Amino acid sequence: MTDQWHMLTLIGEDKPGIVAAVTQALFDLGLNLGETSMLRLGGNFTIMMMVTGSHPDGFLEDRLKPVIEAQGMCMHIDPIQARLHQHLVPNIQVTVSGADRAGIVAQVTGALAAAGFNILDLESDVAGTANRPVYIMQIAGVADAPVESIEDALEPLRRDGVDVNVSAIETYIG
Amino acid sequence: MAILEILTLPEPALKQESSPVTEFDDALRAFIADLEETRVNGPAAVGIAAPQVGYFKRVVVLDCSTTRKPVPNHGRLVLVNPEITHWEGYEPGREGCLSVPDYTGNVIRATRIHLVAQDPYGERLEFDMEGYEARAAQHEIDHLDGILFVDRVVSRRTDLFKRKVYQKGGGKAS
Repeated sequence: MTDQWHMLTLIGEDKPGIVAAVTQALFDLGLNLGETSMLRLGGNFTIMMMVTGSHPDGFLEDRLKPVIEAQGMCMHIDPIQARLHQHLVPNIQVTVSGADRAGIVAQVTGALAAAGFNILDLESDVAGTANRPVYIMQIAGVADAPVESIEDALEPLRRDGVDVNVSAIETYIG
Repeated sequence: MAILEILTLPEPALKQESSPVTEFDDALRAFIADLEETRVNGPAAVGIAAPQVGYFKRVVVLDCSTTRKPVPNHGRLVLVNPEITHWEGYEPGREGCLSVPDYTGNVIRATRIHLVAQDPYGERLEFDMEGYEARAAQHEIDHLDGILFVDRVVSRRTDLFKRKVYQKGGGKAS
């Protein structure tokens, strides 16, 4: 059995100690972690992590289940084709804010996709108040097209009253 | 002239504080030539600091004149015993490091600085720097104090949260 990467997805109500319990269990099972994303979303704690180890099929799920259930979380595991050290460095960032309404993300990302913009990282949030919600989104990605053409692609959104900012990311290496 | 070996994490010496240069001699200038040759040899390196090649003296080289889009800069600078005497403003920006391969992250840096230093002959230098060049100087001077950018990386989410608290005035981050 060769080492195979799995993507482990966990979701549950947020409380202190989830990460410690889960990662201790993985360590005890002889599994290694790769890249991970762990984030509180709307009162839930969400975890996506690359894990690897040489175990037979089903081992991971069987052994982890009790630990995950004890944390009150749901679990999902997929075998994935993955390698480490495959990072792309974003060269353009897009920030969006505007009165919250249906379709903002679809419109912005649709325009970006049409312009050949590859999203590497997207975070969005609803800020403001319950009465006046404001949608805020930050996107980092790579595109061969210059900033100006990305700007042009998003121009229709601006006319729609969405505040969109596009800027080049000049990563400092030193 | 020679290309020097770059120390990379987890090399503990990168966390060491470097001492001021006191002898402005030919040996110093020969080292600086090697340091510069090493910088331009590195992929996309804009700056380099002496401790990155295991020379624990306060010397950095940076050159912000070659960005994709031109930014305010003073050309190629060799800064010996650099010291920032004034900071203003702050903004996040993406950084990477020759000593931390395959990783970039967002770091908050002052947007305007005043810097005093000496040249390789001990003559006094003084600069007002802004934006990308100010970031470069702060990143490199951090190396002289044993600080890597990974010690300062923030998520975009963290950055937003800090600003929100700040703008409300006097709110305490929990």
